[in-house]
Amino acid sequence: MAKQRNVDLSTPVIEMRNIVKKFGDFTANDGIDLTVHKGEIHAILGENGAGKSTLMNILYGLYRPNSGEIRVNGKPVDIDSPKKAIEVGIGMVHQHFMLVQPFTITENIVLGMEPVKGVKLDMATARKNVVEISEKYGLAIDPDAKVEDISVGMQQRVEILKALYRGADILILDEPTASLTPQEIQALIEIMRKLTADGKSIILITHKLKEIKASADYCTIIRLGKLIDVVNVDEVTENELAAKMVGRNVTFKVEKEEHPFGDVVLQIEDLHGMDYRKVEILKGLSLQVREGEILGIAGIDGNGQTELVEIITGLRKATGGKVSVRGENLINATPRKLFNKGVSSIPADRQKHGLVLDFTVAENMILQNYREPQFSKNGFLKKDAIRAFAGECAEKYDVRPRNSVDKPAGTLSGGNQQKVIIAREVENNKDLLIAVNPTRGLDVGAIEYVHKYIVDQRNKGKAVLLVSFELDEVMSLSDRIDVIYDGRIVGSVPGAEADEKELGLMMAGGGRHEA
Amino acid sequence: MKRKFSLQKLLQSNFTLTFIAILFAFLVGGIFLQCIGINPFTAYGKLLQSAFSTAKSMSYCVVYGTPLIFTGLSVAFSFRTGVFNIGAEGQFVVGSMAACVVGILVPAPSVILIPLCFLAAAAAGALWGVVVGVLKTKWGINEVLSMIMFNWIAFYLSNYIVSIPAIHSEGTAEATKNVSDAARILLPQSLREGLNLASTSNWGILLAGIFAILIYMIIEKTTLGYELKAVGFNRHAAEYGGINTSRAMLTALCISGALAGIGGAVQVLGMGQRISVFAGQEGYGFDGIVVALIGGSNPIGVFVAGIFYGALKYAGSKLNLIGAPSEVIKIITGTVVFFIAISHVFKIVKKRKAGK
Repeated sequence: MAKQRNVDLSTPVIEMRNIVKKFGDFTANDGIDLTVHKGEIHAILGENGAGKSTLMNILYGLYRPNSGEIRVNGKPVDIDSPKKAIEVGIGMVHQHFMLVQPFTITENIVLGMEPVKGVKLDMATARKNVVEISEKYGLAIDPDAKVEDISVGMQQRVEILKALYRGADILILDEPTASLTPQEIQALIEIMRKLTADGKSIILITHKLKEIKASADYCTIIRLGKLIDVVNVDEVTENELAAKMVGRNVTFKVEKEEHPFGDVVLQIEDLHGMDYRKVEILKGLSLQVREGEILGIAGIDGNGQTELVEIITGLRKATGGKVSVRGENLINATPRKLFNKGVSSIPADRQKHGLVLDFTVAENMILQNYREPQFSKNGFLKKDAIRAFAGECAEKYDVRPRNSVDKPAGTLSGGNQQKVIIAREVENNKDLLIAVNPTRGLDVGAIEYVHKYIVDQRNKGKAVLLVSFELDEVMSLSDRIDVIYDGRIVGSVPGAEADEKELGLMMAGGGRHEA
Repeated sequence: MKRKFSLQKLLQSNFTLTFIAILFAFLVGGIFLQCIGINPFTAYGKLLQSAFSTAKSMSYCVVYGTPLIFTGLSVAFSFRTGVFNIGAEGQFVVGSMAACVVGILVPAPSVILIPLCFLAAAAAGALWGVVVGVLKTKWGINEVLSMIMFNWIAFYLSNYIVSIPAIHSEGTAEATKNVSDAARILLPQSLREGLNLASTSNWGILLAGIFAILIYMIIEKTTLGYELKAVGFNRHAAEYGGINTSRAMLTALCISGALAGIGGAVQVLGMGQRISVFAGQEGYGFDGIVVALIGGSNPIGVFVAGIFYGALKYAGSKLNLIGAPSEVIKIITGTVVFFIAISHVFKIVKKRKAGK
């Protein structure tokens, strides 16, 4: 499919020159240049901590650079606040949406710039304006719906509309596809096209190479705070982009040898459970995972995945059904009991459940095992043994910086925090490993490691339950894929035969319901 | 090697910040003194002299500080385990009352009576803490609110017990009888007189030192400390790791309450000898919050901070000899807390700015 291009190379709208930003001794941006033209979709690619967010925060006025120049539409400007950024026509859609949940879409969009009649709000005009812009760019929304009732995809469109309503000509989208279905991603790319056709420019921060290839015109690659290259996206392959980003060759293909599956490790039958609002969210879910098998759960956030995992790990009480590990029904057992019976997990929220950020890396490595004779005796911790164990794990799982076992886990980067958790859970060597969004927010290099360890567990004959909102991840790792929708498994396909479109349809509730 | 590392950290972070906070507090106190026409240098000179000029005055500082070390340890321990024990006040009161009642009623030799008094005090304090914990873990009742109410329950309970005939003083004083001599924990008379120490110098300070080390060991070296800290830092991760968070909270409140209760016993068996009818809350528990803050919630730091605070309290009471109101001490301690709190805010802001 040929890409429709709207870029006008004779009209630069953003020129950042030699931007330097230091935090103490650490240089986050080391002389970075960035040029974005009218009608261009410009991707910024880099690993976590490479400096792409810092650069965008400078452009949006959240940080001040130590040196460097920013020109907008050819004029030098001093962007000292987001307010100033909006004034010069820059809008930003953050990865985490900033919407008022109980307000309607219209109210959210006009918030802070409400049209008034005398001293009264003029909501009728506001609604009209909102509908006008949404129709102009094909951003389908229901202006009267409350934000708490709408999908993530629509929330994102609301965020984009918010920026457009404020007169933005240059849109910064920070990881915009993080929680969208394939169909929603496709729709977003269409919207970006329409916007650029109208002369708007878009800066896209992402590390999903496929989306860069599908949408962007040019791509700036940043590594360790330095500008590596600016490329015409059509002239490079995904592999070349990845290699530039991490500075070495990356393999995307996960090595998986075929082997027969063994006994059933985890069997879930007719599971019912409530979410935090006491509304039934699991409505009779059944699944099973066998030895040597990776079962992927594909689905859109909010269809019961979180509750499912919380019940299997003992953090939430189920209201009915069976959760059997190796034939023993362990429904509503304590986390410790489940752990002792062979359930380990890489939790979705690494900072909430996975780590005690104020504990050192070493202390975090023994979160479930501190009572084992290896690590304590008569109630006293064996500090030296713990540090030695943590040191080995850090070495084996490449936790950086080196010698960080005595540092609080909170001082590590997100990717390295995840490595600490993975080290711990894989070293636990349990029969069942549950991995929930194990690579969320990680860069290509780190993802490769994480995938390798998950597949290693499978190859060793362990059962793996993979729950992920990244369809690509589910598809490339799973031996079998179950699609979850509205608290039930609505379809099951062998991993090798999975088709993105079909999965996407099932995830959206349009699939064949199995009796 | 490892010890050096932790000492260095202490010096770099909390110790320096606390020192600066104290310095600022004296500066602010000085401004107040100047405003009411008293030369701050004269006043602070008097303060130093009152505290450090003689063995007697120094020993008084220690006597004043000892109970505060216990309430300070109680609060610090609760801080480290994620609960805010604002109920140390009530636990201290029931602890001292329990020790007092046992010390009056039980006719036994010292070697039995003294441990019995301490056990009663620790049990009473622990009970006062655990009940609040049960209310919290079983029914989700806010622990800060119930602790404040339990402080008042302890207050009135104590006043009621003072009025019971078997306990009440036979004289005219609105107080209990004196505890029997066998229950006292004073240093031997020969030592007190020989070294010219305060008449109420007692073994409490030694006990405080032992408990500071004990608490340090529990927090830093044991699986129990590991569990309690994990719950304190991140309840969700602790639960995920298989720790029973409700039980951990009860354990933390039990230990914290027992510490405050023992502080009450030290006060009545050492310095007080009896308990008077309270007109208002005496504030040992609340002072413990200040001590825990100054001590950086580190048991060893709390030991030092307790004596420092005791010295301020004792020497401050002598300030009116030169016409300065002793309340200036309250201004100083209040300001210390204020600046320490601010320094934490600064640290958070700095972290945020450095973040990303």
